[in-house]
Amino acid sequence: MATRKAAATPNISADELKTYYHDMLLIRRFEEKAGQLYGMGLIGGFCHLYIGQEAVVVGLEAAAEEGDKRVTSYRDHGHMLACGMNPDGVMAELTGREGGYSKGKGGSMHMFSKEKNFYGGHGIVGAQVPIGAGLAFADKYLGNDRVTFTYFGDGAANQGQVYESFNMAALWKLPVIFVIENNQYAMGTSQKRSTSSPEIFRRGEAYGIPGEMVDGMDVLAVKAAGEKAIAHCRAGDGPYILEVKTYRYRGHSMSDPAKYRTREEVQKMRTEKDPIDHVRDLLVSGGHASEDDLKEIDKSIKGIVNQSAEFAKDSPEPGVEELWTDIYADVAPQDEDA
Amino acid sequence: MPTEILMPALSPTMEEGTLAKWLVKEGDTVSSGDILAEIETDKATMEFEAVDEGVIGKILVEAGSEGVKVNTPIAVLLEEGESADDIGETSAAPASGEKATDKDDAPKDNAPKDEAAKAPAKAAAPVEVKSNASPDWPEGTEMKTQTVREALRDAMAEEMRKDENVYLMGEEVAEYQGAYKVSQGMLDEFGPKRVVDTPITEHGFTGIAVGAAFGGLKPIVEFMTFNFAMQAIDQIINSAAKTLYMSGGQMGAPMVFRGPNGAAARVGAQHSQDYAAWYAQIPGLKVVMPYSASDYKGLMKTAINDPNPVIFLENEILYGRSFDVPVLDDFKIPFGKARIWKEGSDVTIVSFGIGMQYALEAAEKLAEEGIDAEVIDLRTIRPLDYDTVLASVMKTNRCVTVEEGFPVGSIGNHLSAVIMERAFDYLDAPVINCAGKDVPMPYAANLEKLALVTTQEVIEAVKKVTYR
Repeated sequence: MATRKAAATPNISADELKTYYHDMLLIRRFEEKAGQLYGMGLIGGFCHLYIGQEAVVVGLEAAAEEGDKRVTSYRDHGHMLACGMNPDGVMAELTGREGGYSKGKGGSMHMFSKEKNFYGGHGIVGAQVPIGAGLAFADKYLGNDRVTFTYFGDGAANQGQVYESFNMAALWKLPVIFVIENNQYAMGTSQKRSTSSPEIFRRGEAYGIPGEMVDGMDVLAVKAAGEKAIAHCRAGDGPYILEVKTYRYRGHSMSDPAKYRTREEVQKMRTEKDPIDHVRDLLVSGGHASEDDLKEIDKSIKGIVNQSAEFAKDSPEPGVEELWTDIYADVAPQDEDA
Repeated sequence: MPTEILMPALSPTMEEGTLAKWLVKEGDTVSSGDILAEIETDKATMEFEAVDEGVIGKILVEAGSEGVKVNTPIAVLLEEGESADDIGETSAAPASGEKATDKDDAPKDNAPKDEAAKAPAKAAAPVEVKSNASPDWPEGTEMKTQTVREALRDAMAEEMRKDENVYLMGEEVAEYQGAYKVSQGMLDEFGPKRVVDTPITEHGFTGIAVGAAFGGLKPIVEFMTFNFAMQAIDQIINSAAKTLYMSGGQMGAPMVFRGPNGAAARVGAQHSQDYAAWYAQIPGLKVVMPYSASDYKGLMKTAINDPNPVIFLENEILYGRSFDVPVLDDFKIPFGKARIWKEGSDVTIVSFGIGMQYALEAAEKLAEEGIDAEVIDLRTIRPLDYDTVLASVMKTNRCVTVEEGFPVGSIGNHLSAVIMERAFDYLDAPVINCAGKDVPMPYAANLEKLALVTTQEVIEAVKKVTYR
């Protein structure tokens, strides 16, 4: 992993740092609460937590502009919070309730927000990659200068459609940033057991796509890399690859006994590389925030997260008539003969 | 108030588990992420982490306890300023928990109400069913002769002239002028931005087209044949067909997937499959499989304007065939409306796509023998015009279905079931399904002929149901 930048870069303001701290902590506390609700049986099925990877989405969202798009895999709660979606609506989707972003019909892995340009939430590993390239295809076709962040993991990076997408994105100079969130484990398979060459960011070289590796535990490094990638895309120079080295503290899903790595390995990352502690240290050591200031932020986040959990518990289950809606954008075809 | 730590569910199916080991003791200070205990589920032993910070006030369930129900309080966590004396406030008795409550209520709440439980076949009792079939254009409309190929191109070009956001993409659609010349001339008229040659990469370009549809465009994706669309079927079904539902109606994929489907001639097993029944199974897709040039034109224009993903199954053998096409400004045919090609009273023959060729030939020969068949072209498979079929079967009391696809799980099988449910008392004979044989398509000319459905088989089936 690349070495961490020593201190706050001078062009980052204290307010920005506080925002990153807030946004990352919100994701962490939200995910912890989601884990808790899962344990209570309020969240069903699969639930993939983002804890440890918070700096990736917060750093890139800090570099994004209004109208930019994002699409990701099933480990999507962090992306949704980072792009400004309402924690209440996200949590209520996790509990399968009417107040969820998809009215409870999508669940943890399948959530969308047209308003925030969040295009899912995809449950099929790698399927979001051509979709992200396609969103960029639409933007280029429509002649705007938006970019699409297409997130996928080191596991998805071995899917064939990723390279089909690289080829066409380069061929047609699509404004898409392929963000490889390399958390080093594809479910239970470590990168070295699944991936022939460790430098995934170089896999665009065959298509002429520039790529770089970024320290994903450092929100400032992620933001800086994001800005560079965005500038490349907006200039009409085609796609860009960011391989963001990160780490997930929790299991792949809630039912992962995590026997493929040691507790010490996880603990070492948490104590030495934690992205939130990093910003916290910058804030305190730089004299930008007191312990009390940070406590205030912690408290406000606890309030937001508890409120989202309450909302997600109180919101009713979707009405039974919802079973039959949203299948077709016009009418249910079998109604046409009624 | 002290916080109860509850026995967690650690897998989608876990209801109880063994509290194998405590890794903390009473009085320990814990922060979020610390491992509290090891818990054995039905699948594995898992570590259980703290969510909140505080001091372990009391351990309620001893290590080694088996069969601990999910949501049972297993320990009490004290927050800043609280002491073990506060514990009395919380119930040490196993909490019923919200999961249990939800579960008990679920069956009641979720039981579909009768009116909500829609099924393709509306249940039972013989009722009067009215045919939907009506002419597609006014009497006296000027007609011209066109091939299916020309009708398809005209339909796409007319819609592309009207809507800038409609574009065509696929292999060889632009400079080559279409592998089967369907897009001939379109590059010249619309340019390379809107008629896009892709690399040979079905999975990828289908996904890109789905993303483009999410992003506000109306893609027409040409597959050189639908056999190659199997490479892309995950994107068609999981991404295009399901997103509207999964997003609670926020976004979907208004687009058309089109190309030749089914057997051509002597191209063997990998290039000869009919996918009508595959795609017809998917809620969220509309599926069209026309026979005549006028239907190709009218239905393609409807498909491009439809706000849903549409599977448009064409046929290579039909591309060059000529039919009368009405000369009308904006000629569209609605989905879900069958066409009665020939009225008759003795038997109903239902088909679609190239199956219509065998159906019509059979009807003609049967007429010579005094058997008057009614021939129905479904045209769209989803939505399917059940009423026109049922009204006809209620009149003729006999039915034969004809299609080129494999016989197991075929469209004919489905129609038979619907007819049985809704018109059982009207049937004077079992419905017979004529379909392709249950074998991969052979290459040898004689075997290929045997593998396909034939006019003779349709004739024999009709004789069987009419007891001739």
